[in-house]
Amino acid sequence: MKVRIRFAKYGVMKFIGHLDTMRFFQKALRRAEIDVKYSEGFSPHQIMSFAAPLGVGIESFGEYMDIELCSMTSPEDMKRSLNQVMVEGLEILSVTILPDHAKNAMASVAAASYRLHMKEGAFPVEDLCGKIRAFYEQEAIFYTKETKKSVIELDLKQGIYEINSDTDGSVRMLVNASSSGNIKPSMVFEKFCQFAGVEIPAPAYQVVRLETYTDLAGEGEAHRFVPLAEVG
Amino acid sequence: MNQLALSDEILMQVEKPARYIGNEVNSVIKDKAKTAVRFAMCFPDVYEIGMSHLGIQILYSMLNEWEDVWCERVYSPWVDLDAIMRRESIPLFGLESQEPVRDMDFLGITIQYEMCYTNILQVLELSQIPLLSEDRGEDMPIVIGGGPCTYNPEPIAAFFDLFYIGEGETQYRPLFDWYLENRSQGGTRQDFLRGAAKIPGIYVPQFYEELYNEDGTIRGRRKRYDDIPDVILKEIATDVTAIPYPMKPVVPFIKVTQDRVTLEIQRGCIRGCRFCQAGQLYRPVRERDVDQLKEYAVEMLKNTGHEEISLSSLSSSDYSRLDELLDFLIAECGQRHTNISLPSLRIDSVSLDVMGKVQDVKKSSLTFAPEAGSQRLRDVINKGLTEDDILRGATLAFQGGWTRVKLYFMLGLPTETEEDILGIGDLSNKIAAAFFEAVPKDKRVNGKVQIVTSTSFFIPKPFTPFQWAPMCTKEEFLDKAHLTKQGIMSQLNQKSIKYNWHEADVSVLEGVLARGDRRIAKVIKKAYEKGCMFDSWSEYFHNDLWLDSFKECGVDIGFYTTRERADDEIFPWDFLDCGVTREFLLREWKKAREGTVSPNCKAQCQGCGANRFGCGICYDKDGARG
Ligand code: SF4
Ligand code: SF4
Repeated sequence: MKVRIRFAKYGVMKFIGHLDTMRFFQKALRRAEIDVKYSEGFSPHQIMSFAAPLGVGIESFGEYMDIELCSMTSPEDMKRSLNQVMVEGLEILSVTILPDHAKNAMASVAAASYRLHMKEGAFPVEDLCGKIRAFYEQEAIFYTKETKKSVIELDLKQGIYEINSDTDGSVRMLVNASSSGNIKPSMVFEKFCQFAGVEIPAPAYQVVRLETYTDLAGEGEAHRFVPLAEVG
Repeated sequence: MNQLALSDEILMQVEKPARYIGNEVNSVIKDKAKTAVRFAMCFPDVYEIGMSHLGIQILYSMLNEWEDVWCERVYSPWVDLDAIMRRESIPLFGLESQEPVRDMDFLGITIQYEMCYTNILQVLELSQIPLLSEDRGEDMPIVIGGGPCTYNPEPIAAFFDLFYIGEGETQYRPLFDWYLENRSQGGTRQDFLRGAAKIPGIYVPQFYEELYNEDGTIRGRRKRYDDIPDVILKEIATDVTAIPYPMKPVVPFIKVTQDRVTLEIQRGCIRGCRFCQAGQLYRPVRERDVDQLKEYAVEMLKNTGHEEISLSSLSSSDYSRLDELLDFLIAECGQRHTNISLPSLRIDSVSLDVMGKVQDVKKSSLTFAPEAGSQRLRDVINKGLTEDDILRGATLAFQGGWTRVKLYFMLGLPTETEEDILGIGDLSNKIAAAFFEAVPKDKRVNGKVQIVTSTSFFIPKPFTPFQWAPMCTKEEFLDKAHLTKQGIMSQLNQKSIKYNWHEADVSVLEGVLARGDRRIAKVIKKAYEKGCMFDSWSEYFHNDLWLDSFKECGVDIGFYTTRERADDEIFPWDFLDCGVTREFLLREWKKAREGTVSPNCKAQCQGCGANRFGCGICYDKDGARG
């Protein structure tokens, strides 16, 4: 039996990297005495799959992992017992039973929504709303990505599905988070700052992932994004 | 949630921010308004090392059991953060409250190895606490030292307000009670130290003075007050079953050196190898109750979620209920998908059988620590492992599928000759040959056996029979390593043997610090001021800076290392009593030079003096007489 767990990661826990978060959950599942299924072999490990890795420094209310179980009483029980072994800043939001044929969390990810806000005060941008609209109305938004081996020119525009500002003064965006076309919100924001002619260093604002989505659209259809938790 | 001591900006800059944020599972948060004593417990090395130390977990859990005490953890900030904290004058903080160490009542530092001495100064300076005890004002925490290095505290005495000599379980409560009483009476720091000096096991260095002869040796000691003890006897938990154990050890987010549950099965060691300090300091052997250990194991696995458990003791094979405990753990861990990491056991068919059950034979290696290359020298050091034992064990292991063997030796032991050194190569070769004999050609995996032979340099330590022994110079050490290498290269099976040796510079320095006196303090301070820190990390060890510091302070290294001490020389640590008597150690030193072995505590009591504690092996009915 497979379950999908939605969890939040915030506060000081944003400094815990992806691999360490996985390690944390491996131990948490043992502390909660969840009847997890183990792989075969000399050093058996729990069968689990995380959706989209979250960068260090980013908070999230839409993280997902799938685990395989041998047995369980109910999703509510599991949520409760897991929450009892969490630390402040990690919280189980929901547990859903997955249909047997469901794709795993990692393979399902298509998009993610984010909120960006200044840690202190508001973005130093006049007419934020209008500027964002103008930014998004550009034909293309080229971003130069430098890796150790190469320099790639990306057009972010195709991967930005929505971007706007909220009444609370934050910036929100829905972007591609699939393994092939993942876009980091900081890349988009960097381009926006250039466009708006302001300089906002990364430590000054906080990025929060709000939700992770899968795409139910068939080949050639318009995107139909639904939260990963709603599959099944 | 707590405000962190470090800004997001800093945390995003440093390597592994998880070292500094606290919040781990089982870390203890208290209401500071309701705690009378704030205690910062420090391991002066990086988080991953410090978090792996059992002693801190034991004390952390014990102190936090007390309602009026809040004990937090502190580790050495790594070099990246160290630079930032200095630049921005950020005070070092406790991981739990994220509040400055400087504002707490106590800073307790566990001192596990000499090469952390400069890190003690780092922790003090980053905490914005004066380095020297004499410069600390009323509002500064009381700085306490504990751990094995306090058995010669003199080189670092100037940096500490007091030392706790021995096992931590016994005197912290009386110490805190006196602290609270003194505070409520409006007493001063000096008043507190005066009273503390009379608590068993507590040593307040500033109340004593070291006196010297013209030749530089120690003439004696003078104390400032009549009512404080001349000799301080170590503290010991006589009933190890009754003392608290950390059932909920803190579980780090990042991978640390010991990422597992540690089960302490006994304290002390029966063996009395003459170079070994731990073997003397923790006498007598006290075994823990096997049923209690089983309960602890299950509960700690549940409380931590760790996927591995390991046994801790100086010599696990000597634990009388080992088979029973391992059987239990194998059954229990199999159910829980938990691994058992075995301590180095004496290799025989029984232990191989157990190891085969819990390890991947093809991947794991076997360890032997003969320590010396010849039987003669093994008798000198009283290492009761014979060549036959090793070859028999290795043969069994090879037949069982193992193909990797690690061997540990020491170079520069007292009375060592060229022949002893060449014996290291011989023995390594014989083990390789045993493989080819034990495993027929068609059964050899890759056709190979891998012997890894490592040597460290012998460093005489206080409270061992070799505390009188001269230590080699760096050049002598390197010559010996060279000869070892030649010896190995000339062997028939040399291709199967890989040889590693330890650095010589750092061993010489460790030798000075281990048997140093109060005159060494200024050298340590100078080296630190020149930038020495993390000396146990080879990439940060700057021998040149240390040598300059010795020169500038006018301290002669040879006086502390290569000099052979007279039988009646007064040692800097003579005012401490670890249980074993000086007569016993001297007797052993003489027997060593005659090449006579001494039986272990189980076989026959050697009258070392530790029976005065009235516990452990000295009184076991199937053990020795008292
Ligand atoms: S067996 Fe020897 S070396 Fe090991 S702890 Fe005991 S006395 Fe020390
Ligand atoms: S008194 Fe005897 S039995 Fe006890 S620790 Fe010493 S040598 Fe061993």
